Amino acid sequence: MTFDFGKLLATTAVAASLMVSSAFAETELRMTWYNDGNEGEVMQSLLDRFEAANPDISVTLDVVPYKSIIESLPIQLAAGEGPDLARVTDLGGLNKYYLDLAPHLSDTAYWEKSFGPFLNWLAPDSDQISGFMTQLTVTGPYVNKTLFEQAEVAMPGDGATWDDWATAVNKVAKKLDIPIPMAWDRSGHRVSGPAIAMGAKMFNAEGKPALVDGGLKEMAQLLYDWHQDGTMSKELWGSVSGSTYLGANEDFANAKVVMYMSGSWQIPQFADKIGDAFDWWAVPAPCGAAACTGMPGGAALVAMKDTKHPAEVGKLMDFLAQEENLAEFYGKTLFIPGHLKLAKGGVKFATDDPRAKHALETFSGAVPTISPVAFDLQGYKNNRVMFNALISRLNEAIVGEMTLDQAYERMEDDVAKQLAEKERN
Amino acid sequence: MSDSSTNGDGFGDRAKAAAGWPVMVSFQALNYPLSAIQRIVGIQGMPWIFLLPNLAFFGIFVVIPLFINFAFSLTGGTELFLGNRVYTGTEQYGFLLECETFGDPITCREDRFWKGLYNTAIFIIFQVTFLVLFSLITALILNQKIRARGFFRAVFFFPVLLSPVVVALIWKWILLRDGILNAFLVSVGMDKILFFVSPEWSMFWAVFVSIWAHMGFYTLILLAGLQAIQPDLYEAAEMDGTSKERVFWRITMPLLWPNLLVVLVLALIKGVQIFDEVFVLTGGGPGTATQFIVQYIYNTGFTEQVQNFGLASAASVVLGVVLFVLTITQLAVTRARDNG
Repeated sequence: MTFDFGKLLATTAVAASLMVSSAFAETELRMTWYNDGNEGEVMQSLLDRFEAANPDISVTLDVVPYKSIIESLPIQLAAGEGPDLARVTDLGGLNKYYLDLAPHLSDTAYWEKSFGPFLNWLAPDSDQISGFMTQLTVTGPYVNKTLFEQAEVAMPGDGATWDDWATAVNKVAKKLDIPIPMAWDRSGHRVSGPAIAMGAKMFNAEGKPALVDGGLKEMAQLLYDWHQDGTMSKELWGSVSGSTYLGANEDFANAKVVMYMSGSWQIPQFADKIGDAFDWWAVPAPCGAAACTGMPGGAALVAMKDTKHPAEVGKLMDFLAQEENLAEFYGKTLFIPGHLKLAKGGVKFATDDPRAKHALETFSGAVPTISPVAFDLQGYKNNRVMFNALISRLNEAIVGEMTLDQAYERMEDDVAKQLAEKERN
Repeated sequence: MSDSSTNGDGFGDRAKAAAGWPVMVSFQALNYPLSAIQRIVGIQGMPWIFLLPNLAFFGIFVVIPLFINFAFSLTGGTELFLGNRVYTGTEQYGFLLECETFGDPITCREDRFWKGLYNTAIFIIFQVTFLVLFSLITALILNQKIRARGFFRAVFFFPVLLSPVVVALIWKWILLRDGILNAFLVSVGMDKILFFVSPEWSMFWAVFVSIWAHMGFYTLILLAGLQAIQPDLYEAAEMDGTSKERVFWRITMPLLWPNLLVVLVLALIKGVQIFDEVFVLTGGGPGTATQFIVQYIYNTGFTEQVQNFGLASAASVVLGVVLFVLTITQLAVTRARDNG
């Protein structure tokens, strides 16, 4: 074996130059991130641009599974070992770990004007500015329009109820031998919108959580019945326990589902995975007695108060929140903008897919019809306690471990117990 | 030192000498500090010095967390650091044990804790029984002079090398609606079975997959035990014309008993701790049909928005006590049997 001293020297030189270049970046920021679609790539390109303009700051994008954002990040933050910034969906629940960016931003008025109502989701009890929405989401159903056409069944129109849809999808599934007429994400958040449409109030007159009422019971009964009569397959909700999230996106993409209740964040994935294989079509939220509403929601990029570099974090957030940068981000990711001006049509979405365009229009158009109750629930910082109690207990009733009445009792107990535990701090 | 290392002239001897040199130097280097330590602690104290690294490891990663966990179980709230938490005494234990009827989990305040205990008990009854039985049968077969014995030993041991998550994913793909097993059922004219929707099937597969994954390890322990039995005993029995059945019960089983006990205790402890495989395979479902006690602890402490570390710690202590009692009982029964 010969020893190539030249190669060793060259390798050492490259390594040294890399070390020197990273040494120039005096401040390293870490951003914890999860991906639904291509947003990680788009964010990385913005970060590269930021680093080029600010050679003294480097930003590392740590992409983790969504489960880590829900389960591990809170523990890291509680231990004071969290990242400088993170993309989160438990917007109000993690509020105590957020940094007030206001002293570090160049123009707080711009932030208030651009992100107004969403800032309250991040800080339900104060006026602090902690971040911005990387996406606004709206829950709602998708249907496989091609299956409707093949089965020659008319799709219910505007104002249709959940019952109308259930009847229609069952006809399609029966005619074409599709295994799952209807599927919903296994998530309390997803159930809450339709429950509010049925009249669920979610809070009592004092503003305290009051999960179980007539509206919620009506929706729960429908879901229970659909699982018993085969409209919904127990395979999705019944096959796991507790509050575990499960989506039916893959089954829908494989044309095994006629109607899929999920939300706007699936658009980029469906555009990519399904493409023109069939017409996947977003439809308006079906109606109940009280409203035709889905749930708002979304993900936000927030700064964490344990950061050792608040000024640099502020600088980065200022850069990312610039209108043109966010327009690029929302446009390339096909996310509904969480920036008020851009939401009014300031984003050119990077897609020629008519289905994706239609879905974006449908979900964006649904924002004004969202019930105020749904906004209140989304803004409530302990909403996951309610969502988890709802989905886990309803599921136990669906698989026959308890009656629906027992499940309602347990839902209320679960919420009360968890809130009481939190109050002890 | 053997002469071969100094006087040998073959390549192998020279290689051995070359390889041995650093070892000798290392031993010499260790000799001085160890002699010094021995002068301080005396010859009686030296075993403790050699045990120290393991004791330190055991202390840091087992004993200290045990006490921390117990301390957490006496607190409430959602703060992570013990110093910031509210002292609640034995209240969390009270919550766990608050039941109207202990036989009916749904009447308990923490119904999922009791369902977890109940499911774990069902699981270990079946899993430990069949695990030990199949391991014993496999070890007995692999101890015979059969063709391709080495190959079969490897086949049975291979699943042990896989990570529990990989094991669960492999079986999940086999058992799903469009998995290989359902494809086979359809090909022979049967209907598909939605295994993970049925509580009974889910528990069956949880037990089956767990046995499949761990059997190789226990088979190996029993095989070692079988090979340690003196062949003379079998030869003597054969000369006496003893039946095979009698040889098994009077020679094999009594002499294999210490290994069997190890297998039983280990399988029981591992069975009670079951989590990762089943969590990936069934997610604890359908409903709570395969949600075991460790998953309850994990869910309570980590997956809820209000992470209840106090209650999760109290459940861990209860689990620890159950394990301790089971192990002590088993050892006592065995000792009584050995003495009697």
